[in-house]
Amino acid sequence: MNKLKYVGHPVTRIDSLEKVTGSAQFVDDIDFGPNLLYAEIIESTFAHAIIKNIETSSAERVPDVVKVFTGKDFPYKFGLYMKDRFIFAQDRVRFIGEQVAAVVARNPKAAKIAAKLVKVEYEPLPEVLDQMEALKEDSILIHPDLGDYPHVPWFFPKANTNVAHWRKTRRGNIEKGFEEADVILEDTYTVPRYSHCAIETHVAVGKFDYSGRLTVWASSQSPNVQRNLFSEALSPLGLSHKDIRVITPHVGGGFGGKAGVTMEIMVAAIATKLKGNSVKIRWTREQEFYNTYQRLGVIAKITLGAKKDGTITALDHKLYWDAGAYVEYGANVVNAVGLSATGPYRIANISIDSACVYTNLPPGGPYRGFGYSEFLFGLESHIDRVAKKLGIEPVLFRRINAIKEGDTLAYGAKMNANGLLQAIEKVSKEIKWYEGKIESEDPVKVIGKGFSIFWKAPAMPPNASSSAFLKFNEDASINILVSGMDIGQGYLTVMAQIAAEILSIPPSRIRVERPDTDRNPYEWQTVASHVTWSCGNAVKKAALDAREQIYDLIERTHYLDRDTIYLEDEKVKSRTKPDFELALKDFVINGIQVEDGTFKGGPITGRGTFMPEFTSTDADPETSQGGHPNVHYTVGAAAVILQIDKETGKMKVLKVVEAVDAGKAINPDLVKGQVTGGLMQGLATVLYEDMRFDNKGKMLNPNFTDYKIPTSMDIPDEIVPIIIEVPQPDGPFGARGIGEHTMLPAAPMIANAIEDALGIRIKSMPITAEKVALAILKKGEK
Amino acid sequence: MPEIQFTLNGERRTVNIEANDILLDVLRDKLGIKSPKCGCDRGDCGACAVLLNGKSVRSCLIFAIEVNEQEITTLEGISKNELSPLQQAFINNNSFQCGYCAPGIIITATELLNKNPHPTREEVKENLSGNLCRCTGYIPIIEAVLEASKRGKNE
Repeated sequence: MNKLKYVGHPVTRIDSLEKVTGSAQFVDDIDFGPNLLYAEIIESTFAHAIIKNIETSSAERVPDVVKVFTGKDFPYKFGLYMKDRFIFAQDRVRFIGEQVAAVVARNPKAAKIAAKLVKVEYEPLPEVLDQMEALKEDSILIHPDLGDYPHVPWFFPKANTNVAHWRKTRRGNIEKGFEEADVILEDTYTVPRYSHCAIETHVAVGKFDYSGRLTVWASSQSPNVQRNLFSEALSPLGLSHKDIRVITPHVGGGFGGKAGVTMEIMVAAIATKLKGNSVKIRWTREQEFYNTYQRLGVIAKITLGAKKDGTITALDHKLYWDAGAYVEYGANVVNAVGLSATGPYRIANISIDSACVYTNLPPGGPYRGFGYSEFLFGLESHIDRVAKKLGIEPVLFRRINAIKEGDTLAYGAKMNANGLLQAIEKVSKEIKWYEGKIESEDPVKVIGKGFSIFWKAPAMPPNASSSAFLKFNEDASINILVSGMDIGQGYLTVMAQIAAEILSIPPSRIRVERPDTDRNPYEWQTVASHVTWSCGNAVKKAALDAREQIYDLIERTHYLDRDTIYLEDEKVKSRTKPDFELALKDFVINGIQVEDGTFKGGPITGRGTFMPEFTSTDADPETSQGGHPNVHYTVGAAAVILQIDKETGKMKVLKVVEAVDAGKAINPDLVKGQVTGGLMQGLATVLYEDMRFDNKGKMLNPNFTDYKIPTSMDIPDEIVPIIIEVPQPDGPFGARGIGEHTMLPAAPMIANAIEDALGIRIKSMPITAEKVALAILKKGEK
Repeated sequence: MPEIQFTLNGERRTVNIEANDILLDVLRDKLGIKSPKCGCDRGDCGACAVLLNGKSVRSCLIFAIEVNEQEITTLEGISKNELSPLQQAFINNNSFQCGYCAPGIIITATELLNKNPHPTREEVKENLSGNLCRCTGYIPIIEAVLEASKRGKNE
């Protein structure tokens, strides 16, 4: 292979200049003119209640109010994987903050005043706020009609219960596995809910013009999914996909929270009733907390058996998810974990139960890590504890059982090429794992080390796909059209680098256009850390397609064999004729003039599509054997040196090392950016963020004063990112995704470091200073 | 409707406002200045930071009427001429990911470097602690400010 010129280099982001000059336009920055209307949402004040009556007449009389909408105006369900959500609540509400009605006015102040005048009469029902309560046979049903809800074929809801989906995976013989074990450890781990906290809240604007065309501008990771769900939900209006347009300008952070469809459905629906106007909803920070998606909570019961030689013989992993009031997206988090809750280990006998349970809390949904952070907290804590029981050093225990290429996965398919052992080795070395305990100079403080490994696969429908168009301009600069979203990770830059490499044009001469479903070709969604891999393949194919057209034209006009020509520095060159050189700008639009004065060729445009053709969700529902649901796993390892103040419980990360197997880091600088940012987000979930609800299901801290995300004062003293590159055979230049993975090891390695330092095992997140201080006190009392 | 006059990015501007209009809303909706962003509407996140007479303030916490006869600078004002060394350093370090916090951070860091051209790492961290960023883990942002501080004038 020739030396790569752009791929693998720390290229400057192609969107930097827009971002540092304030030119980057987010949805809320777009001017919609004097016909812009503002919608204010009336929210449920009960976690579970029947709506008896909604009185809107006083609100309608407020000057500048255009109209008030309720569930009666839109009796439609929607959802990505299961249709269990409503545009506005119908006969009942299922969480505090759920949208019940909307006041639309000519200005935001009028909308706010009028919204306070809408009176909703409720008949309260008992609320179920805990998944274990909701699982009980006599629990009140949150969705009495669950049995009638349409859903994807790989979900198994249980009618007349609160179980929306139950993923079972069985392999080998679990009883025999435990019989073979010398040590068996059983324990339960608890992970609460979390919020994404993108700094930009959700914003959406909808416009239904007089010709019956619906346009939605959305702060979204999922323009095509949005178009599809708007079309499905509003199908009674007869809107064709071609008449719905979703435009996604810059997005101010996503982390999964802006995937799928949440509040955007309201502007789409309302707009259809207010022809000729644009309607905007901008979520407040409070609404962003309680009415988009939250990360699901989980209670995980782990039983793990291992032999004296360190071989894990059996894993029984039962996960009960607090999935919230609606699970149209969140149930797939539960599904993904049900297939992968072995972690990156080779285990012969496996039983996994992953249960998606409705509760009267805000809807659970996708969040960076998609369930893997949650189960890895328990599993990687447990691995340390089993190692200790066996008397085996915990990193060695991980090495003994680490999954290798070709090993059988829980659902029967084979593990892909990966650098897990390399990652473990490099992290151990960098953190000086084997060099013993670090003594603190300050007697009030102790220092511990913690380790964790991780894996994650994209969770996608088996036919999720990407596509790309590439067009040359007169000066041989390029515009690429894709429908993946740059939510900060640097996807647009990476797509430019891939095309740059194939066509030998610098990334700075390539513009990659943000999604507009009218113009850009299809992409499933920007989730699952799959766009570098999937859309990267599509862009590579589009660039190759364009290159073939260039070669065709040179063959036809210059009679040079295509095997002898190549592209370099924006020119066509020849290996056999060193004098031959033709600048791309001389022909990529206007063609090449031949002897008789005519022109051949024409604008060069490339097209590429990619769909993994080996995946399937057709499997036995009792065992999950038989299908191939995941395309591949990305693996890695991480370790931390943690200092703990024994008096206050306050913790400081002195050093953290993380190695992730990117297959090929298309842009190492951006990979390192993901490691730094992802680790910080993961550390925040364990050290700082603490979502609180009262006993009626009301979130108590929906703001940044009380829900603490890290500031620049909270960063670790040292972060060392390590890039491993074991190529992904079907990835562009060998690349696979790493974005979500970087936050996965954070929580368990902190828990492991705390035990190392203090001999205290904490089994519930978050592990705040307060919790540590109390645990130290409790230990002292014994 | 009261009328206020103030200097916005070096230009004298006049605008009619309600007495309870917030500066952020007036800048964005009445004057077309879109770089200050709303992230929390209560002074927690710093995305709406602007310079008021050279000092960074949260425009979501200030009534527009308070800036009558004062001087406001936003990122648009900083970007009018060629890139400042600070902006260039943010580009060099691929500092920002989604970029939503960038205007507020550039305002805050510009103020810092104007006051203290050669801050220590700790001073940079402390100065940026009122600007939330969820993407980057702050390190590439801190590196850029330190890089810019070695290059001189940042107005």
